[in-house]
Amino acid sequence: MYELVTGPMAWLAFSVFFIGLIVRTVMYIRGLDWKLDRVAYSEDLALGIRGAIRSIGFWLLPFGTRGWRFYKGLTLLVFIFHIGLLGVPIFLKAHNIILQERWGFSLWTISETAADVLTIAVVVSGLFLLLRRIALPEVRIMTSAADYLLLGMVIIPFITGFLAHHQVTDYQFWLIVHILSSEILLILIPFTKLSHVVLFFLARAQLGMDFGIKRGGMKNKGFAW
Amino acid sequence: MPEGILCNKRPINTKEELQALLADKSGKQYYEEMNHLEVDAKGLWSIIEKSFKSRLRTWLEICAHCGMCADSCFYYLANNRDPKQVPSYKIQSTLGELIKRRGKVDNAFMQMCMDTAYSKCTCCNRCGTYCPFGIDTGIMFSYLRGLLFSQGFTPWEMKIGSGMHRVYRAQMDITTEDWVDTCEWMAEEYEDDYPGLEIPVDKENADIIYTVNAREPKHYPEDLAEAAILFHLAGENWTVPSEGWEETSLAMFAGDWEGCKLQVESVYAAMDRLKPKRMVVTECGHAYRATVLEGPYWAGIKTGRTPIESYHYVEWVAEALESGKLKLDPAKKIKEPVTYQDSCNYIRNAGLRDHARVIMSHIAEDFREMTPCKEHNFCCGGGGGLNGIGRYREQRNVGLKVKRDQILATGAKLVIAPCHNCWDAIRDLEEVFKIGIRWSFLKPVLLNMVIVPDHLKPAEE
Repeated sequence: MYELVTGPMAWLAFSVFFIGLIVRTVMYIRGLDWKLDRVAYSEDLALGIRGAIRSIGFWLLPFGTRGWRFYKGLTLLVFIFHIGLLGVPIFLKAHNIILQERWGFSLWTISETAADVLTIAVVVSGLFLLLRRIALPEVRIMTSAADYLLLGMVIIPFITGFLAHHQVTDYQFWLIVHILSSEILLILIPFTKLSHVVLFFLARAQLGMDFGIKRGGMKNKGFAW
Repeated sequence: MPEGILCNKRPINTKEELQALLADKSGKQYYEEMNHLEVDAKGLWSIIEKSFKSRLRTWLEICAHCGMCADSCFYYLANNRDPKQVPSYKIQSTLGELIKRRGKVDNAFMQMCMDTAYSKCTCCNRCGTYCPFGIDTGIMFSYLRGLLFSQGFTPWEMKIGSGMHRVYRAQMDITTEDWVDTCEWMAEEYEDDYPGLEIPVDKENADIIYTVNAREPKHYPEDLAEAAILFHLAGENWTVPSEGWEETSLAMFAGDWEGCKLQVESVYAAMDRLKPKRMVVTECGHAYRATVLEGPYWAGIKTGRTPIESYHYVEWVAEALESGKLKLDPAKKIKEPVTYQDSCNYIRNAGLRDHARVIMSHIAEDFREMTPCKEHNFCCGGGGGLNGIGRYREQRNVGLKVKRDQILATGAKLVIAPCHNCWDAIRDLEEVFKIGIRWSFLKPVLLNMVIVPDHLKPAEE
């Protein structure tokens, strides 16, 4: 089982993930249409790029936009959740050791304590996001089973990874569940709303270009659209 | 396929069709016929396939269902935070569902979409600037209105409006002759007070071509006179075109994209014909949005710009005041608290917030901003064509509460509203809620305080 999930399954998951996201990116850009979207993308490229950078930049900054400032608690949750979500898998020591062994390179790493803290932060903030979905009527009304399922799928690799690392019970079992659930998650990303891994940047860039080129960016300094 | 006599999938293209529709008081027969209008699912899906591309598709797909758009919507706030008024819910349950079902929907669904697209969204685009993914629900609702129009599901007044543009190249039945007569009449009416006052029609190579909202010549011709006087006092070399003078676009509210194209092309043709240096548009928000921002795309102009540079009236006023072309009497500045209604169409969606502030600094001693204001201001409640639709009057009036409370919080009793829809909505909110406010366009306010240069004063008798 271990060989299967770290061998062919890993290849499959990473291939679907990377190729899937590349395809989504290419399809998104190809599907942009100056006439239908009513944005002169290529005619006013400089204004467009300025708008896109502004739009992405401010929204990547915690409390950088009016929207983020309006929902302070949610903003905190969202940023903590995403920092852990990206930070732990990419900069974890154990993952980088594997990277070094298999591909001959590694990234810099975070301490095990930091990884533990961030992992717990992901799980806790994830649970709060879940509770928020249930508690607030304006969120509940739009929430479907898929929303709960995807949130669960995102958190499971963190819980199982934590259990495996700390060898709470059966190490081998939790390790395999951790790897498998992570692979399923990677495969799901390009096909679900999790594709916002890349589409966040593209959609933000598009709206930034829209406002930058047409809706105000040419007449004033602009706001964080 | 059952089609009504008045309510059908064909746009209005003749005076006779227009007359028949107008004769149907309040659209009684029209809406009755709508109940039997069949949906052409195949035709609908074919339009979607051609026009529903990555931007819209992605918006619907990646929506995290997080609810961060909720508080951005004035309808949500005005309706006691009804979850059914969350922008994301509104679009997912209409356009989202339509896409999921690949256009295979029935009459009741289309009517629900129409009711939502008109009575629950004014396309103010405020939610778009509050979504972490930049999902602009207003744009999607505008797109949905286009789909609805193609199937005949459009409010009675919007069908009439779109027909007016197609027949008269104006939102009202004003012929070229009516328009030119009004220009002459207004110039004559005021030339005793302002010697040399003219409303030059079709003058070539002017510095400014001035274009208006059809309501002005039809119902408020003084507005045209006021514009003429201010241009005259500022020493502008200006003109109006005999054809292509209408800036507004009820066709845009109706989602009649072909009608939109016909309308803006008449204005661009006037630019080509008369070769003015620039265009100034009257105090109207959606007119500027339609003809200056969206119009070039409807007309297929690749640069996305009008053939000559185009300015909203607030841009011209700010420039005239700053450059000293128009001089105001400081003693006549507005002394009482006064606030400014930021129009969604030229402030949030066109970046003219600073121009408005420059003007207020010249005309008001106690200018009070609404909260929120500028790009973040709430829609007046009458945008997107809603002011003019009888079927949704009640929903519109509920929506006005947010603007009412914003105005009350400033403590001002006077609201400057340089936008026809905002002006109407604020007038109506006073009528409904009676909070004791007054409202005004810029022109009458400016005319009250402008200094007439000696050489332009009438000779003493």
